[in-house]
Amino acid sequence: MNNSVRGTARLLGAGLRALLVLTVVCGVIYPLVVTGIAQAAFHDKANGSEIKAGGRSVGSERLGQTYDLEEKDKDGNPLPDPKFFQPRPSAAGPNTENTRYKLLVSGASNLAADSKVLLDGVERRRTDVAAFNGVSPSSVPVDALTASASGVDPDISPAYARLQAKRVATANHLPAAKVEKLVEDHVDGRVLGFMGEERVNVLRLNVALKELAAAKG
Amino acid sequence: MSPVLSGVLQLTALIAALALVYRPLGDYMARVYGSDKHLRPEKWIYRLIGADPSAEMRWPAYLRGVLAFSVAGVLFLYLLQRVQGILPDSLSLGFTAISPDQAFNTAASFVANTNWQSYSGEQAMGHAVQTLGLAVQNFVSAAVGMAVAIALVRGFARSRTGDLGNFWADLVRGTVRILIPLSVVGALILVACGAIQNFAGIHGIGQLTGGTQQVNGGAVASQEVIKELGTNGGGYFNANSAHPFENPNAFTNLFEAFLILVIPFSLTRTFGRLVGNVKQGYAILATMGLIWLGFTALMMWTEYAGHGAALQAAGGAMEGKEQRFGVGASAIFATTTTLTSTGAVDSFHSSFTGLGGGITLLGMMLGEIAPGGVGSGLYGMLVMAIIAVFIAGLMVGRTPEYLGKKIGTREIKLAACYILITPTLVLGFTALSMALSSPPESILNTAGNSVDGSGAHGFSEVLYAFTSGANNNGSAFAGLNANTPWYNTTIGLAMLLGRFLPMVFVLALAGSLAEQKPVPETAGTLRTEKPLFAGLLVGAILIITGLTYFPALALGPMAEGLS
Repeated sequence: MNNSVRGTARLLGAGLRALLVLTVVCGVIYPLVVTGIAQAAFHDKANGSEIKAGGRSVGSERLGQTYDLEEKDKDGNPLPDPKFFQPRPSAAGPNTENTRYKLLVSGASNLAADSKVLLDGVERRRTDVAAFNGVSPSSVPVDALTASASGVDPDISPAYARLQAKRVATANHLPAAKVEKLVEDHVDGRVLGFMGEERVNVLRLNVALKELAAAKG
Repeated sequence: MSPVLSGVLQLTALIAALALVYRPLGDYMARVYGSDKHLRPEKWIYRLIGADPSAEMRWPAYLRGVLAFSVAGVLFLYLLQRVQGILPDSLSLGFTAISPDQAFNTAASFVANTNWQSYSGEQAMGHAVQTLGLAVQNFVSAAVGMAVAIALVRGFARSRTGDLGNFWADLVRGTVRILIPLSVVGALILVACGAIQNFAGIHGIGQLTGGTQQVNGGAVASQEVIKELGTNGGGYFNANSAHPFENPNAFTNLFEAFLILVIPFSLTRTFGRLVGNVKQGYAILATMGLIWLGFTALMMWTEYAGHGAALQAAGGAMEGKEQRFGVGASAIFATTTTLTSTGAVDSFHSSFTGLGGGITLLGMMLGEIAPGGVGSGLYGMLVMAIIAVFIAGLMVGRTPEYLGKKIGTREIKLAACYILITPTLVLGFTALSMALSSPPESILNTAGNSVDGSGAHGFSEVLYAFTSGANNNGSAFAGLNANTPWYNTTIGLAMLLGRFLPMVFVLALAGSLAEQKPVPETAGTLRTEKPLFAGLLVGAILIITGLTYFPALALGPMAEGLS
């Protein structure tokens, strides 16, 4: 009995020592080496791909953000700013839309394909987006109607960007053709021509839009 | 280019990349585990552990090593989370200690190579827990799985001995010679594409319309790569591989799917090398590949079709998917992560079509063997191969044999015990959760919230949780609020039992096979390197899993998908 207790203790000791040694190797040396090389070779990307405009940071190219007015609607949700291209719906946070793009919490709605809540949400978004942009409800593309996986999706589909162009042009007193051209210039093709989907990075597009509006003014 | 064509091309590119590294990596791993030389850093490590890496172990000793190391892992990780509150802010990011039930769940989860997460990464775990605790288990739990698989392969390869090699040597070699070098390269590729790698805390960055938004820093790329390579799956962020800091573009998405699959598939080459017949490895590879490809094709079909009232209203299955990936890439990732024991997600399975969600569930229910977790996929598949030769033996009335070893009563008993463990855990805990009063309250998609009032999806949430836990996957129908004492405890137990009980039977099986003397091949021997056997094996896997889980699947995803 005494022997087996001692044997077990010795074995657990070996297990613990192995864990501690491997913790130093995999948990200290490995991340430090990778961080060191990454910071030296890919400094901007390793630190979040921040975009600067007008001498200040305006966000990360990788992360979606909100472009809202100060005003709130009757439910207390901020209203979207018509001067900017709007991102996809976000369900980040504990399954509510009120915390959208609060970056500390990423996540999806997890609503099922046969969910009434999701169905109502899709229909509401269709009406809202159509009214906000002055287009027919049937022309609203799928990415404008569904919440993304991360809740901080930086991209929208080219179709959704094109749909917003006229409204954005009017709100900024710009010729529609110029804004439409801006959108086309910001369409990113599939990676290597076949990976993923075509997309428009909303922050980069809005930064360029702001410059365009400022140059005119 | 149509989205469907893009999806098919991505699948083709992934297969081509896997085929390219199959031989070199498989042969390299065979050399790693077959060599009797120790590298100098490894010798230092053995000295610190106090283990003799050249000492042969019989199966009970090998198992004791596995268990001692894993118990130490659970205790260490549990304590690390419990003391998070008293660590300095630079290490804890100001987060408090994790509650006992959640700390147990998370410790069990990461040691069992599951990476089920009942917490949101960015809201709970600081640098110390993420990097010193979770990322370390990402390496070593994977290395443990590979070690056990190699021990089973040695059981087939060796004769008239009980010796299965040395656990400490297999553990250290898997980590130092395979996982770390691949991870360093992979992590740098991810950073080059835009994944973050820093030790910044939570900090504000500007917004275009003024003001700031809060962002987490972290050693993300280094953790992301081993999370995929070691088929772990625990995300740094709550959104897991959907978060742009973990998975910045469509290339990294495909690269991460490649990382998930590369070791499990290539291990079949290692297996063929070590048993002295690479064709035996090809037969196992063909079986794994066929199931993986079939599932992926089905998944793409159902996701592109986009059935389900809400998805049809939206015009496509884009709920819970990222624009840069789209439907095709998300479908590839979803079957890849659930047919291995990974559980990382680039899109949220709960919002997939009913049938798509069912495919992710069924993938895990197969026991994650196509190609499965690192190591666990291979040993799981070899156990199924034993069952398949047994069935074939019954049909022709011959004593079954596999790789020159007789499959006798003892071997079949051990294999049968192996395949009964996870279904027992999954169905038992699911039934218990549905029968009790409060666990169903965690369900998000309740009957009242569904279009037809069926509540099938709510049942799937619970079934998915235990399927994922007991099979060591870690993905979720994440609408379920699993951070309750009930789910933290039961899923924690399911993960530990679902990981380590099968290992007991695998190692016992390995010991029993290694003791046998080889049976000479005759004209009547079932040729297990032929396509016929691969077909038989696919059939055995699908039939056994189907019979086990059909009633549960009919109540959940099939009811939802066919309504």
